[in-house]
Amino acid sequence: MSRAPARERMGALLLIVPLLAFLAVFFLWPLWTMVRASVVDDTVSRVLPRTAAAIVSWDGQGLPPTQVQQALVEDLRQADDQQALGETVRRLNSAVSGFRTLLTRTTNAVRDGTDAVAVDLGDLDRRWKEPRFWLALRDAVPPYTDRNLLAAVDMKRDAGGAIVSEDPGASANRLIMFRTFLVAAIVTLASAAIGLPYAMLAAAVTGWKRTALLLAVLVPLWTSLLVRTTAWFVLLQNEGLINRALQAMGLIDSPLPLIFNRVGVVIAMTHVLLPFMVLPIYSVLLSVPRNLMQAAASMGAGPLRAFWRVLLPLSLPGLLSGSLLVFMVAIGYYITPALVGGANDQMISSVIAFYAMGTANWGLAGALGVILLLVTMILYFIYGRLSKSPQLLGA
Amino acid sequence: MNTAKMLSVAGCVSALLIGCSVQAVQARDLTVVSWGGNYQDAQRKIYFEPFSKKAGKPVLEESWDGGIGVLAAKVKAGTPNWDVVQVEAEELALGCADGFYEKIDWNKLGGKDKFLPTAVDDCGVGAIVWSTALSYDANRLKEAPKSWADFWDVNKFPGKRSLRRGPKYALEFALMADGVPPADVYKVLATPEGVDRAFKKLDQLKPHIVWWESGAQPLQLLASGEVVMTSAYNGRISGINKTEGKNFKVVWPGSLYAIDSWVILKDSPNKDQAMDFIAFASQPENQVKLPEYIAYGLPNKEAAAKVPADLQKDLPTAPENLSNAVALDADFWIDNIEELNKRFNAWLAQ
Repeated sequence: MSRAPARERMGALLLIVPLLAFLAVFFLWPLWTMVRASVVDDTVSRVLPRTAAAIVSWDGQGLPPTQVQQALVEDLRQADDQQALGETVRRLNSAVSGFRTLLTRTTNAVRDGTDAVAVDLGDLDRRWKEPRFWLALRDAVPPYTDRNLLAAVDMKRDAGGAIVSEDPGASANRLIMFRTFLVAAIVTLASAAIGLPYAMLAAAVTGWKRTALLLAVLVPLWTSLLVRTTAWFVLLQNEGLINRALQAMGLIDSPLPLIFNRVGVVIAMTHVLLPFMVLPIYSVLLSVPRNLMQAAASMGAGPLRAFWRVLLPLSLPGLLSGSLLVFMVAIGYYITPALVGGANDQMISSVIAFYAMGTANWGLAGALGVILLLVTMILYFIYGRLSKSPQLLGA
Repeated sequence: MNTAKMLSVAGCVSALLIGCSVQAVQARDLTVVSWGGNYQDAQRKIYFEPFSKKAGKPVLEESWDGGIGVLAAKVKAGTPNWDVVQVEAEELALGCADGFYEKIDWNKLGGKDKFLPTAVDDCGVGAIVWSTALSYDANRLKEAPKSWADFWDVNKFPGKRSLRRGPKYALEFALMADGVPPADVYKVLATPEGVDRAFKKLDQLKPHIVWWESGAQPLQLLASGEVVMTSAYNGRISGINKTEGKNFKVVWPGSLYAIDSWVILKDSPNKDQAMDFIAFASQPENQVKLPEYIAYGLPNKEAAAKVPADLQKDLPTAPENLSNAVALDADFWIDNIEELNKRFNAWLAQ
């Protein structure tokens, strides 16, 4: 008896193996890599093992003893994996600017000299006489770190190990993160304000009118994001179509500032994301029986009241999932704010892109990603609670 | 579908296309990556297409906007999907130190002494000498701006300006606008007070700046009249003047020049052909054609000497253009880009 269902279950499981494999390789594994990159910090202990072993006994006062310095010389002489050494240098330079040229110069000098000659680092480059370079080296020895996660929210550890805020003016990740959510929220509201009536209209009409309305939403979705954003650039600029037309009609004297500010970003992003709002609402409305509104009218409800008490509650599931889609996609936006936004409209993705592509600081890029993911998951959780709440659905 | 075929399909799927994509990589043609826009159009005409014809094989091309992280990701993936890349001075230094590039075979290029000394590196061969300079549309501005101080003077030249987004090519210009002589720019910038001074100067202009990111944007901003002045890559200015009949001008004093180099990514499957391509693009008879399309200086000495005088005057390497220009300090930027970029972002966000 019990064997047949087990086999069936196995068969069913086999059917979803491709899906599980896909999720594991393209979702879980990259996610795990990102989380790992943000906390693992083993490059210094791996590439400079002697230094790492010697420097832990140093109390951090003044300069480290000679055996630490000689261990570093020996490590640099022995380091034969150029790419691994490069990672170490990048890690250290990210903590203290200047490590890059310092270590390159030191490595070259150490390799030119013979083994017998003891190298005096302080003579080689006077930066080795500054304790801050050695302290950064010591801080990089433990294999796990929270410095990236802290830096992602503008915090750091001070000399005593306590968590403190970054100096004002040194970093603005928190502000940019907040701005990212603010812009995404504005865009979601704007999409809802336009998308809801639009979807209702599309669901109410039939035949070629419905096709035309849906095509008007779908065609932009099939167009490249870059093309659409560039088109907005042409429309919104000072001598662009909108400003020219308004001036020709005599409505304004000088061009409205529509581009390189928040207005431009919200307009362009709302247009790009509108399909994600319209389509879920539309599909929900299609399943609403058409005679419900008539029934409401027959029971004495005016059009407004019927909308408020019947149609709106019924379209809420679509509105909620549309809002969630728009919001989630919006927080990752990068190209649109870069092209039509001003300096104050850059979102967190552009900061992540700088660390990932510009400086190859994948630890910090990963940490920013982790923070973004966490905040998004919290919002998703709130959404889950809200959408289950019976009052909201009017049930 | 027979069993064998099904199995092979299943194998591919279960290996999640890794096996299949390896085959695709082996068959890939030489891929050359440059900086897009009218600069890459010129390169296509004088380098990519003739080389492809000579080799009898297609040359694939892509464009990018720089960043050592992009190259690091490609090299660490094992087999990079790019072969030849044109990189900026910092990417050359960083990538060479980190082992991202193949060593250059200077014998194939006819020896190091055929090139400007600054264009010679173990990992790279100079491709162009280029400049970032103050540029404006002479048809729109009655009076010509002459310096970065004029760029900062919003009373004399009302309207928006644009600069490249990031500390590089902004802090240097700010210091010059504040009266630092071109020769001392990096000396001042190397001190914390110098950095503060540059940011303070940028503060004055902040409400009037539109920031650009890719090299084609400043041309668009000037052409549409969105800004009255901008920093721009000098070659693109002369390029758009030729192709679209614009009257954009470059202000040479206070410009920042640098060398871009060709590199070959480590473990490129087309290594030999990549080296042949770089040799082809470095031959004087090929390189000398570049200034006809776009005004960049040539690192091959023989090619540089052959450039006709009327084109020579627009190049960053012309003596009169060099006289008050600053050479980009790649060492300063590889040390400080991360910290200054963080501060720059914080400054922008305020």
